[in-house]
Amino acid sequence: MPVLVVSSFALVPAGEVWRHLADTVLADYVGNTLLLMLEVSIGTLLIGVSTAWLTTMCRFPGRRVFEWALLLPMAMPAYIIAYTYTGMFDVAGPIQTALREWLGLRYGDYWFPDIRSLWGAGGMLSLTLYPYVYLLSRAAFLEQSVCVLEVSRSLGNGPWRTFFRVALPLARPAVVAGLSLALMETLADYGTVQYFGVGTFTTGIFRTWFGMDDSAAAAQLSTALLLFVFTLVLLERWSRRKMRYHHSSQRHQALPGFVLRGRQRFGAVLICSATLFLGFLLPAGQLLLWAIETREMINYEFLQLTLNTVGLAAGTALLALLLALLMGYGRRLSPDRRTVAAVRVAGMGYAVPGTVIAVGVMLPLAWIDNSIDGWLRARFGISSGLLLSGTLVALVFAYLVRFLAVSLQTVEAGLGKIKQSIDESARTLGASPGEVLKRVHLPMLKGSLLTALLLVFVDVMKELPATLVLRPFNFNTLAVRAFELASDERLRDSASAALTIVLAGIIPVILLSRSIRNSREKHDLPTGTE
Amino acid sequence: MTYRLELNEASIAFGTTDVVKQVSLKLREGDIGCLLGPSGCGKTTLLRAIAGFEPLRQGSIALHGKVVCDTQRMIAPEQRRVGMVFQDFALFPHLSVAENIGFGLRGRTAQAKQTRIAELLTLVGLADSARQHPHQLSGGQQQRIALARAMAPRPEILLLDEPFSALDPELRGQLASEVRMLLKEDGITAILVTHDQTEAFTMADQIGVMNQGVLHQWDSGYNLYHHPATTFVADFVGRGALFAITVADRNSIDTPFGRLSGKLPNGSIPGTGLQLLIRPDDIHLTTKEGGITAQISERLFQGAEYLYTLQLESGDRFQCLAPSHQQHNIGDTVSLKLDIQDLVLFSDSGQALSFPGKP
Repeated sequence: MPVLVVSSFALVPAGEVWRHLADTVLADYVGNTLLLMLEVSIGTLLIGVSTAWLTTMCRFPGRRVFEWALLLPMAMPAYIIAYTYTGMFDVAGPIQTALREWLGLRYGDYWFPDIRSLWGAGGMLSLTLYPYVYLLSRAAFLEQSVCVLEVSRSLGNGPWRTFFRVALPLARPAVVAGLSLALMETLADYGTVQYFGVGTFTTGIFRTWFGMDDSAAAAQLSTALLLFVFTLVLLERWSRRKMRYHHSSQRHQALPGFVLRGRQRFGAVLICSATLFLGFLLPAGQLLLWAIETREMINYEFLQLTLNTVGLAAGTALLALLLALLMGYGRRLSPDRRTVAAVRVAGMGYAVPGTVIAVGVMLPLAWIDNSIDGWLRARFGISSGLLLSGTLVALVFAYLVRFLAVSLQTVEAGLGKIKQSIDESARTLGASPGEVLKRVHLPMLKGSLLTALLLVFVDVMKELPATLVLRPFNFNTLAVRAFELASDERLRDSASAALTIVLAGIIPVILLSRSIRNSREKHDLPTGTE
Repeated sequence: MTYRLELNEASIAFGTTDVVKQVSLKLREGDIGCLLGPSGCGKTTLLRAIAGFEPLRQGSIALHGKVVCDTQRMIAPEQRRVGMVFQDFALFPHLSVAENIGFGLRGRTAQAKQTRIAELLTLVGLADSARQHPHQLSGGQQQRIALARAMAPRPEILLLDEPFSALDPELRGQLASEVRMLLKEDGITAILVTHDQTEAFTMADQIGVMNQGVLHQWDSGYNLYHHPATTFVADFVGRGALFAITVADRNSIDTPFGRLSGKLPNGSIPGTGLQLLIRPDDIHLTTKEGGITAQISERLFQGAEYLYTLQLESGDRFQCLAPSHQQHNIGDTVSLKLDIQDLVLFSDSGQALSFPGKP
């Protein structure tokens, strides 16, 4: 729905502001966004594919730990990693100060890469988004038939040639799918680019909305952004469809793995641990230090913030779960084309950037509020004020639009695993449909339902741009507070809020790695040892 | 006499096409019926209609004399008191074996439930596995639990949907006779769906052969083989070959084997062209010279017997079984002796001509 609203505004005749935008900054937005996408593509591909290949196909010390630890950066929202790196590498930060002291230089005497730049933003995003590429390409490498790789080896290709000529081309659809997910996140990012002062679509939408107060122009910018997103969605769908045709052999065997020695072994460990260090350990450690330094920040206000956030996240997660169950069931019981289409549309929300959803939710709700208010005033002479748009209703609604897909996917995956014959055998044994839900489905779905709750919970906790736009006056969440403090150059003070978000973000990472390990165990079972 | 199961001209439609066309059949109490046919013939759909998962477009289904489904109303599956064993067993993975069996037992004391569960576990020979979960059991064991679970509430009728297809071929034959014994011991009326005729012959008292939604014949296994109602049944059940023949007079026909005489069915008017069914066991190889001869074109070793494919001078091909100690080579010309009890003749439309005194 918000997507429709936003797109419909694209048809509104372009206003003064739009022309102004087009003359001045639009080219910048497009250019910056494209450059950022390019950087993130290169970054995530390099990191994601190489680590995936190393952990799947090579044998070196610590591989088992890296397998799941490399997912940890997913827990780190890009804007938080951005603050910490800025804090560390800034002119006044510990690294540059140490350098100056050590070399006896003064500020301005030397060149040091500026982290708060387009390149910095690209780096930050790559460090937190590479796990998408890592996950999907790893899954693809795991699924590849050993035979194909063995054929390549037997035809005289070494490990490197096998990788470039067989494994990588076979995994390409998966890699592309992972990349398009990472790019969708890049487009949705607001915190990092705003903090680094890089003008992209998301920051542009914010500026036209708050600064110039032109909702039509903001909506038009949103539409332009949506075009990018839509292309990516198509790309992802297309590559996923191709994935199916890429398996010529059904035989799954435990992968043999190349045993690395000497320099190679050292290199593999270095690549994996450097990624882990830069993407998680370093920033998380820094946050921890800062949080301890500023522990007086953990006061009544912080508690209030945490309560706000947790309450909001839990409420949204529950609502999303209920809706997802309803939709999943609707689809199971009456799988006609219309329900399937409706469910699919609802599932698209995740691809839409939070900023766009905020604009799309705000416009119609404000209109409804104004109409109710105007009607009441004309009729009874009282003012209702803002019923929807300024309240939590708007915020929760926006969250639902964005995150329903997450819970829906989890619930559907769970329901999909329950075969129709299970329902039917329960029915023939005398259970009514309601009883089937209670006695069979709920116990079988318990795991998926919990996962769906947790995933939405954590996503809501991390969400920044939509919260910034839609939150009621004086209502803060941890993410908003961390962002505000950081924007006010109070990096250290923001650490405790940021750290809380990161800790919460680790939950889905654990869930994810557990489910991967389970599927792998099944994978390994028939052939036993590696 | 009331039958346990009675289908009356039952038709089932998917969209606008009828996938089951006017099927009528009756099953007596304690009998085991079977729907046999190639995949896609509508047999599983019919079974699901009996269970209550598919509505009828026409006709009716009655269980124990009570109509459970016709064009007006459809009683929900949970109120029909049918038991069903699914192809994939559909055991509840979150429940133990005992809990699975107890799922359908309601309105009884905990004591009575436990007794019934123990009874069934003993019956299927898995008394030691009560606390295990389905994934810890082998395929054959899961199958027996699925059977016990469906039998537990003492259903009016037990429906089995390809119950052995998920198992190893070596297990199937053994389990089929085991299951038959279990059902007979408990006096349960059951109907089974399969595409495997050996399974049908092992399990069932009455077998219905279906093709493209039509029930061709509802009869005993013996009659399906020796008196098939249509050329489809003749072809689907057992091996055999059809030959074009002409009726010569009141008790003989002209065939590629020469003139054969015997009792002819009704409607064999001299001069009409009909088709004759020859089964491999209707023909024997003899060492006697003369008579009918044919050339061996293929030979298949089957252990105790050879299955020969023979070719007549007319070009007609047919098959014949011979003990494996009598060896003949491909290309040899052999003498034949025909040993036919009833001449099974079909009209051009594929319907068998019936004998006087038989329905």
